[in-house]
Amino acid sequence: MRKNQIKQSARRKFFKTFITGSIGAVAGKELYSTGTTNDANGPDEKITALSSDGKLIKVLKSQVEHMHHAPVTPSEARKGIPGKKFVLIVDLGKCRNARKCIEGCEKHHHLTPDRPFIKVLKMKDNPRSSYYWMPKKCFQCDNPPCVKVCPVGATYKRTDNIVLIDNNRCIGCRFCMAACPYSARVFNWGEPQPAEGYDKPYSPETSVPSKVGTVEKCDFCPDVLRENKLPPCITSCPNGVLYFGDANDDAVTNGEETVRLSELLREKAAYRYMEDLGTEPNVYYLPPVDRLFPFKDTNAESNT
Amino acid sequence: MTDIITKIEKIDLPDKDRANIEDDLLRHIAGPSRKYKIWIGVLVFIIAVGAFAYVRQLKYGLIVTAMRDYTSWGIYISNFVFFVAVSLVGSLVSSILKLSHATWATPLNRISEIIAVSAIMSAAIIIIIDMGRPDRFFNVFLYGRLQSPIIWDVIVIGTYLVISFLLLFISLLPDIGLCRDRLVELPGWQKKMYRTLAFNWQDKPEQFEIVKKISGILGIMVIPVAFAIHTITSWLFATTWRPGWDSTNLGPYFVSGAFMVGASCIIIAMYFIQKYLRLQEYITDKHFDNMGKLLVLLSLVYLYFNINEYLGPLFRMVGVEGEHITELFAGKYAPMYWLVQVGGLILPITLLIFKPFRKPFPIMIVSFLVLVGAWLKRFLIVIPSLQHPYLPIQDVDESYMHYIPTWEEWAITLGSFAGALLIISVLIKLFPVLPIWEIKNEKKLIKAT
Repeated sequence: MRKNQIKQSARRKFFKTFITGSIGAVAGKELYSTGTTNDANGPDEKITALSSDGKLIKVLKSQVEHMHHAPVTPSEARKGIPGKKFVLIVDLGKCRNARKCIEGCEKHHHLTPDRPFIKVLKMKDNPRSSYYWMPKKCFQCDNPPCVKVCPVGATYKRTDNIVLIDNNRCIGCRFCMAACPYSARVFNWGEPQPAEGYDKPYSPETSVPSKVGTVEKCDFCPDVLRENKLPPCITSCPNGVLYFGDANDDAVTNGEETVRLSELLREKAAYRYMEDLGTEPNVYYLPPVDRLFPFKDTNAESNT
Repeated sequence: MTDIITKIEKIDLPDKDRANIEDDLLRHIAGPSRKYKIWIGVLVFIIAVGAFAYVRQLKYGLIVTAMRDYTSWGIYISNFVFFVAVSLVGSLVSSILKLSHATWATPLNRISEIIAVSAIMSAAIIIIIDMGRPDRFFNVFLYGRLQSPIIWDVIVIGTYLVISFLLLFISLLPDIGLCRDRLVELPGWQKKMYRTLAFNWQDKPEQFEIVKKISGILGIMVIPVAFAIHTITSWLFATTWRPGWDSTNLGPYFVSGAFMVGASCIIIAMYFIQKYLRLQEYITDKHFDNMGKLLVLLSLVYLYFNINEYLGPLFRMVGVEGEHITELFAGKYAPMYWLVQVGGLILPITLLIFKPFRKPFPIMIVSFLVLVGAWLKRFLIVIPSLQHPYLPIQDVDESYMHYIPTWEEWAITLGSFAGALLIISVLIKLFPVLPIWEIKNEKKLIKAT
C-alpha cells in the first residue's frame, strides 16, 4: 500500500511471513474501515486495495496517503493480523540479564521503570540446581484467565494470538491482575509521564499514550508487526535470547538466525511455564542448558 | 438452628394497650435531641474527611493508595466484602427467623432491614471508589460481559438492593400511615413526607393482607439472593489461582462468616437503640440472650468452615500455598491472624456459652470483638493472598513488596463506616425503629384483623 499498487498478487503475498517475504496488504484494513464511503462520484483517482476479509476494494487515493501512519482504530485492533499466530521463544541458556529487552520495550512503549512490561527474574528450580535468568513478559495465553474475568471486554484475545487491552474501555477494576497467574500486568496507579515526541492518536495496538487508572502489559507490539518488523525486545537483545515468529509459517527468528519453530521446540525440549494451569501460553522456554554465560548475580546492581 | 428457634417463647410485652405501644415507639421521632445532632455532626465530619481523601484520589489516581502491582487490591476490596457480609443480616433476621416462626425476633425485623439497606448501599459505593476509572462506570452496562463474575456481582447486588429496600419499605407502610395520622406536631416537610410515602394507607384489612403477602414473597425471595451476593463475592476470589482464594470452600466460608458478622451487628444496634431510645420494654434481655445463642451457633459454623479452609493447605504446606499459610500462621500477618481467630472467633464463642455474657452490655462488647475481627479477617483474606504470586516478586520498587494502607485509604474507609451509620441513624430518626403494626398484631391489638 505504500506504493498504492496492490494487485491481485497481493493476496498471495499477504499470507507470506514477514520473515521470508514482504507484504504490505495489512494497511488495507485501515482503508477498508475508513475509505469506502464515496465510491463512484469523486473526481479523484482510486486505487484497489485488499481488505482484511480478503475482498478487493476501491478506495480514494488521497485517503490512502492520509491514513498511512495512523495506528489502527480500537475496533480494528480487536481483530488481529489475519493469518498470523505469533509465538515467542525464550532461550534461557543464553540470557545473562543484560536487560536490553527491558530498555527497548520502555523506549518503544514510553514506559517508566516503575511499570515494566518485561521482567528478568532470578530463578532456581530446585535446591541443587543453579540459578538462571528468566525473561518474562505476557504469555499471550490461548486460554487467558485475564480475558475471562474482564467485566467490560476491555482485554481480549485476537486471532493472531495476541491478548490486547483497550485502555479507552478499561474501568480499572484490576480483576485481570488478580486473575493472571504470571503477574504480567501493570497498572497506571498515577498519571503516566507524557509520551514525549509521540503525536499519534491512542490505539490499543500501541497502548501509547498511557492512561491513568487502566491496566497495561506486553502486547507483542502489533503496530511494529504490521510494518513487518520485529518487536524491539527481540532486536535489542545482544545475545539472541528471544526468538519471535509466526507459528503458521513454522519459523522464528532472533534477528540473526531464522529457525524452524517445530524443530526448535522439539530438539531443545521446550516447555511452557506452569503448563498445568491450562492457560496455553504462546511463550515457550528452552531449558537453561549449555549456558553461554556463567551465572552472575547482576540484579543486585541493576535493581531499581 | 431450628432447635433454638422453635423453642423460644413469645416475648412478654407488659400488658399495654395499643395507644401506649404507639406512644413508646413513636416517641423518638420527635425533634432531634442535642446528642443526636452532635452524633450526626461527627458522622458528617468523618464523611467529609473521607470525601476530601477521595477527591485527592480522583485528582492523582490510585497512586494515593498503598496498592501497587502485586497487592493490586487493598482495604477497599476487603471493606467491600465486609459490607456485603453485613448486608446479609437483613435476610437473616427478617426472613429466616420469620419463616421459622421465631416470633420473639419480630421487634428486630426493622433494625435488621435498615442495617441491610445501609450496608449494601455502602458496599456499592465502596466498589466504585476502588475503580481506577470511576468515570467509566457505565461501561459496565454498555459493554458488560456475562462471563465475568464482576457482572454477576453487579446484577445480584442490584437485585439485593432492590429487594432489601422493598422489604424495608413495604413493611414500613402501615407505620408510615401511623406517623402521618398521629404525629401532627412535626415540621411541615416531615408531615408531607409521611403523607407521600404512606401511599394512602388506610389500615384496611385488604391492605394488611397485601402487605403480608408481599412481605412473605420478598422474605422468601431474599434468601437465595442473599446467599448469592456473598457466594458470588467469594467467586471474585475463588475463580483465580491465588493461594487462599483457589478453594471450593470459599462460598459457604464467606456466607457463614457473613451471618456471624450480621448477627453481631444486630446485637450492637439493639444495644444502642434500646439504650438511647429507651425501648427496654420491647428489646429485652430475652432478645439479647437469644441473639447470643444464635451468634454462638453461627460462629461455630464459621469456625468449622475456617478449619476446612486452612487445614488442607496447612497439611500439604507446598508451594505458594505453603508460603501463604506460613505468612498467616507464623509470618508477618501472624499477630493479626491469631488476634482475629482467637479474639474474634474462639473467645466470643467461649464467652457467649455462659449466660452472664449474654446480658446486654457484655454481649455488646463481645459482638464488637466479632465485628472488628470480621473486618480484619477480610483484610487477611484479600491482601496476603496477592503477595504470594507463582513467580517471585523481584525487580520492583521496595514499596511493591508490602502493603500498609495510606491515610487516604483509612479516611475513605472510615468515611464509609460513617456513611453507613449515617443512613441507619437518619432512617431510625425518621421512621419507627420497631415494626409497630407487627408488634400490635402479635398482641392482637389491631382490630381490623
